[in-house]
Amino acid sequence: MKQLKFSNKGVLITFISAVLALTLIIGMGIPTKSEARDLTVVSWGGAYQEAQRKAYFNPYMKQTGKKVLDESYNGEMAKIKAMVEADNVTWDVVQVEAPELINACEQGLLEIIDWSKIGPKSDFIPDAVMGECGVGTIVWATVLAYDADKIKGEGPKSWADFWNIKKWSGKRALRKSAKFSMEIALMADGVLPTDIYKTLSTEEGIQRAFNKLDELKPHLQWWEAGAQPPQWLAAGDVVMTSAYNGRISAAIKEGRNFKIVWNGQCYALDSWVIVKGTPNIDQAYEFIKFSSQPKNQAVSAAAIPYGPTHVKAVAAVDPKIAADLPTYPANLKGSLAVDAEWWVDHQEELNERFNVWAAK
Amino acid sequence: MINTSSCAQSLTTFDGLPLKEKLRRAERRRKIKAAGLVAPLFFFLLITFLIPILLLLYRAVENPEILEVMPLTAEAIQSWDGSGIPGEPVFAALAADLRQASKDRTVGNAGKRLNYDITGFRSMLIGTARKISKIKTEPDSYRDTILGIDKRWGEVRYWAAVRRAATPYTDFYLLASIDLERDSEGNIIRQPKERALYIRVFVRTFWMSFVVTIWCLLLGYPVAWMLASLPVRYSNLLMILVLLPFWTSLLVRTASWIIVLQKEGIINKILLWTHLSSDPLQLVFNRFGVYVAMIHILLPFMILPLYSVMKNIPPSYMRAASSLGANPIVAFLKVYLPQSMPGISAGCLLVYILAIGYYITPALVGGPKDQMLSYFIAFFTNNTINWGMASGLAVLLLAATIVLYIVFNRFIGVERLRMG
Repeated sequence: MKQLKFSNKGVLITFISAVLALTLIIGMGIPTKSEARDLTVVSWGGAYQEAQRKAYFNPYMKQTGKKVLDESYNGEMAKIKAMVEADNVTWDVVQVEAPELINACEQGLLEIIDWSKIGPKSDFIPDAVMGECGVGTIVWATVLAYDADKIKGEGPKSWADFWNIKKWSGKRALRKSAKFSMEIALMADGVLPTDIYKTLSTEEGIQRAFNKLDELKPHLQWWEAGAQPPQWLAAGDVVMTSAYNGRISAAIKEGRNFKIVWNGQCYALDSWVIVKGTPNIDQAYEFIKFSSQPKNQAVSAAAIPYGPTHVKAVAAVDPKIAADLPTYPANLKGSLAVDAEWWVDHQEELNERFNVWAAK
Repeated sequence: MINTSSCAQSLTTFDGLPLKEKLRRAERRRKIKAAGLVAPLFFFLLITFLIPILLLLYRAVENPEILEVMPLTAEAIQSWDGSGIPGEPVFAALAADLRQASKDRTVGNAGKRLNYDITGFRSMLIGTARKISKIKTEPDSYRDTILGIDKRWGEVRYWAAVRRAATPYTDFYLLASIDLERDSEGNIIRQPKERALYIRVFVRTFWMSFVVTIWCLLLGYPVAWMLASLPVRYSNLLMILVLLPFWTSLLVRTASWIIVLQKEGIINKILLWTHLSSDPLQLVFNRFGVYVAMIHILLPFMILPLYSVMKNIPPSYMRAASSLGANPIVAFLKVYLPQSMPGISAGCLLVYILAIGYYITPALVGGPKDQMLSYFIAFFTNNTINWGMASGLAVLLLAATIVLYIVFNRFIGVERLRMG
């Protein structure tokens, strides 16, 4: 009898735990449907998002009395795709790079911008209003940078100097992607910035870029996160590197003696986008409009030197800071505008070939 | 004496039921109880683990883009014989599909899929869609109109790509995962060598895991032996030293290796200071750094199974061997080693299978030549959102792991494993 009692109890316990487990699973499985939640803005983190907090998030909260949650990411579109497909959108406004803007827009992951809610397109620099789904917010650049405490005397002046191992020995770093590596290699090989994409559209051009990269391969180290290049420069791991201009400026502010070579800078545009199906669409527009105002953009540019996109903001920036912006006329000499449309077409093939080349 | 034959029919329990029936009931109750105990975990795993994995693997063969976005073209192109440019009906279907897709904003999905096959197809499709949507009147010939928009529509390979993509299932991703593709006639061919990558990555993944496993065994075996033979007082202390890193976050351990091994890190400072080397050595962002970090992280997975097996080998066996005249080496090889075999095989299997799927450590400590397969799966999942390709590689990795497990089971036998 005792035995029987025990087994009944055992069954009961199992049954209860099974029910509990199932409730737990079901509880986790059902996504909390987009209830009223605060506006969520997603950007690139680090020193840049700190600047945005100062220029956009906090003033916006103060002015409207509405809360903004800010999150950071590394540019992966996978999360946005999963959100939209599952119809459970938890991000509202996201800052994206130009090729991702084109791609995600064409795949219906983003809302099409209703410009009547932002302001006239003519208020912006032309590139900022090109995409159907985005409002341009900064112009940023990939530049050559080095530590003037390590390279005493004459520093490198161009990407061709980046290849000059005899004069400046030591490791170099580039971003581990076909984008930028191909362009930089061709510029180092003497191709004019205006001819880069024409050259890269031919098989010989691609081969030429890889051949040039081959020359430097034993001396190359590859970075993936924007925080790595200034770190490696400071640690002496590399003698020169490609880097995002804002990260280098931030390190200079902290007392590093880094130098930026503007000649051959590759500049590109980042945009605000609205994730398709967000419940906070009106507030999203309100936020983008707020962060596109010239005085707010000027605050951002002062905090971290990425170029503003509003025509009046470009003029409003303090001249001392303006000289650090990728869009400063003197810095634009010998520069390359990254062709997002071209990259959307060629990224699969070139990433694949780049991975093969890098793995050899 | 009891007459057994007559007794068998009349055997009953105290409440009058036949014994057989009673036994069957007890057995059934036991089974239900056992199933009940397993059920919560089983359902949990089914819902949170097995079904998502199966759904993801399904993406490796799923091919819905063209059928959804360009249904008329998909149907019309089936009657095309594959030689020469298709006829007017196919072009008319293409025009109708692209107009509709422009309206629905879905051209990008089809363009992305076709661009996997031929670079530049995306912008060609989107450009064509944009222009054909602007033509409001019905042209005499869609064929001439579309060829006028982009003359590449006159090339057979683009149409062959459309036809290959217009099936509900595809082997495209699986083939691409082993560096193969289909040509315009549909024959399976090797990818050109400047694009062939994954077989090399597969071989590298298995080779690196193998090296890590061997080193873990060489380093872990003596430690496990010492742990098992020391008095409990000391062995517990040493055990904590093994377990402490085991409990530390993987990311923290990997990051600390970068700090230790970098150009101005501790190791290089010591080497320079002792004049063992005149220049700082490159110890990180290469294969060496990956091996060091992975071996360190996986070592406990080798030591623990070895230890639990060695603990159960009586020390008297070794003493008996030497008293029978075996020198220590012979005694070890003939007596100790065979008895520790279950621990060796358990540890090796555990380390090897864990190592095959390693991602964070090679990604942070390695260079581009040291990336294992998981890196590329993450690359396709997050960066390019090519989930078909990510699933294709995942299927192959899973298949390889299962094959390994079966081979292992055949030769060594999983039932011989002892994990403690």
